[in-house]
Amino acid sequence: MNTSQTDALLDVRNLKVEVTTKAGSFFPVNDHSFSVKSGETLGIVGESGSGKSMTAMSLMRLLPKHAAKIRGGSVKLDGRELLTLSEKEMRKVRGADISMILQDPQTSLNPAFTVGDQIKEALKLHAPGGRKTLRERTIDALRRVKVAAPEHRVNSYPGEMSGGMRQRVVGAIAISCRPKVIIADEPTTSLDVTVQAQYLRLLKELQDETGMAILFITHDFGIVANLCHRVIVMYAGRIVESGPVAKIFAKPAHPYTEALISAVPSLHGQKERLTTIPGQPPAPTDIVVGCPFAPRCQYADARCHSEAPPTVAADQSGDHTTSCWRAVEA
Amino acid sequence: MLRYLLQRGASSLFALLIITVIVFSLSQLSGSPVDALLPDDATQEQIDIFIREWGLDQPLWKQYLTFLGNAVQGDFGVSLKWPGESAMGFVLDRMPATLRLGGLAILITLIIALPLGIAAAVYKGSAIDRIAQGFALLGQSMPNFWLGIVLIWIFSVWLGWLPTSGIGSFAHLILPAIAIAWFQISALARLTRSAMLEVLDAEYIKLARVKGVSEWAVVFKHALRNAAVVPLTYFGILAASILTGSVVIESVYSYPGMGWVAIEAIRGRDFPVVQAVIIAYAVIYMLSNLLVDLLYVIVNPRIKHG
Ligand SMILES: Nc1ncnc2c1ncn2[C@@H]1O[C@H](COP(=O)(O)OP(=O)(O)O)[C@@H](O)[C@H]1O
Ligand code: SF4
Ligand SMILES: [Mg+2]
Repeated sequence: MNTSQTDALLDVRNLKVEVTTKAGSFFPVNDHSFSVKSGETLGIVGESGSGKSMTAMSLMRLLPKHAAKIRGGSVKLDGRELLTLSEKEMRKVRGADISMILQDPQTSLNPAFTVGDQIKEALKLHAPGGRKTLRERTIDALRRVKVAAPEHRVNSYPGEMSGGMRQRVVGAIAISCRPKVIIADEPTTSLDVTVQAQYLRLLKELQDETGMAILFITHDFGIVANLCHRVIVMYAGRIVESGPVAKIFAKPAHPYTEALISAVPSLHGQKERLTTIPGQPPAPTDIVVGCPFAPRCQYADARCHSEAPPTVAADQSGDHTTSCWRAVEA
Repeated sequence: MLRYLLQRGASSLFALLIITVIVFSLSQLSGSPVDALLPDDATQEQIDIFIREWGLDQPLWKQYLTFLGNAVQGDFGVSLKWPGESAMGFVLDRMPATLRLGGLAILITLIIALPLGIAAAVYKGSAIDRIAQGFALLGQSMPNFWLGIVLIWIFSVWLGWLPTSGIGSFAHLILPAIAIAWFQISALARLTRSAMLEVLDAEYIKLARVKGVSEWAVVFKHALRNAAVVPLTYFGILAASILTGSVVIESVYSYPGMGWVAIEAIRGRDFPVVQAVIIAYAVIYMLSNLLVDLLYVIVNPRIKHG
């Protein structure tokens, strides 16, 4: 496929997640394959509802109980299959080998515990030690995410901190056990632009320091351009394009990617977001015949409406793929 | 933290003061004590002496201050119905019986309602959730005096396992305590369930799982700590309803506690005892609310800083 599987740290093959609701069932994660290497940042981009969070949660095996189930595929971390681990073994992976930064810094810390206790809890579970060592490592984690006066901050409650500071604490929890992979699910969406830029720089520095892989989920192609090495583009539960960021920006192979990129103001020197993509993605439970993007696609023809496009190489190198009939014809 | 508790204590005292005003005015509204206390054929001279002795010729505010001064010392006069007993002394005599009954009712409520509510939330939509909801419906559609009678009928008359009424052994407490607790269990379980459901949906619960925290610790450490505030707030209401509930149930079971005294005193127009019992109830209620405030501080460390 698009990356060599041998040196992949996290390797996901044909992952399928089914959601069952009263209105019917559907696949918010439909046959996803991708991989990340150590030290690499993979962007996962798509509109809201395209299945980004579901993908992330299925890697952690923390899908909503009852509502969602993994229906097939494989998730390998360092060659070890995660989908067949027992819940107990999986708990040892969470927070230790793969950790995650959640979207909302306002609510992702427990208001009833000090931030120190919340960092320490992860350390205690995965790298136990004496009281003093734990305290030192807690302070160290805060220092690494550049929280000022960490010796004092350990005793603060989340309610006493700003949103940007809280998001740093969430970052400190994520890196505290030195995971190999961090999944960041739109970690900066609710932060203002300067705080957001600082946070992204911080993530990059931490990655340089530790060599961890980052899965960075966003709906903002501007951030992808800044931060990511490779990117996968999701639409209605499918990966519609994947490849190196530079290539995709230079020559997007899927009309949806093209539209997303032109919706990024900074890349074109425009002050405001001029292009939004007209129309809406299909409702999850809709039965889609043909290409799911066809109703919104300016290039759609009769075949697009009747037959689903296959996933094909977008160029000769093999690291850039897309699911679009136009790439088949090219 | 100390300041917070002092503040709460002061506002409780203030509320208690208002209750004494109400109790005092009620006794004014419910007819002249002359009619209640003196025989119908009393002479005018007897009446005049009585009025002077009781200070009934004084202005109202002075009468109130006298009443308050006596009340602070626990002196509400002597009982009219139970001659020779001081009103408050008689009530205090019955208080341990009521506290035993109420305490057992609260214990039963907590032991059943909290685990039931938590389990119903954690296993939402499962059999245990449906059982809890059925129980809640049953509990809330049945008045407690009626339940009290049904329990007597089944366990005392029919099965003969437990005494129908009276006081003396632990067995005497069981039926009335269940009758009082029944409604509270369904109310508290429902409240705990909804509080837990809300908290279990929070992002910080997700983050705890992301860290690798076990499901047990997620529920009992991360979720319960935050959800506990709601049932705790209800605990004040719970204590109050158990006290008022005991008024009815003590009568049904002829259990001679404060509630039984209250009903008997009202029947006998025994004003000193009625006043004493109301104030005693108010004090118990306030102390239990102060206890809730104290528990708040323990559960919610943020108050310490506020
Ligand atoms: N708990 C849930 N129960 C049922 N459907 C869900 C649940 N969470 C998300 N979904 C559905 O799954 C799809 C993908 O959602 P999500 O992964 O959250 O999208 P994204 O993160 O890209 O915005 C959406 O159609 C959403 O409605
Ligand atoms: S397959 Fe057709 S409709 Fe779908 S994206 Fe390509 S051109 Fe557009
Ligand atoms: Mg999402």
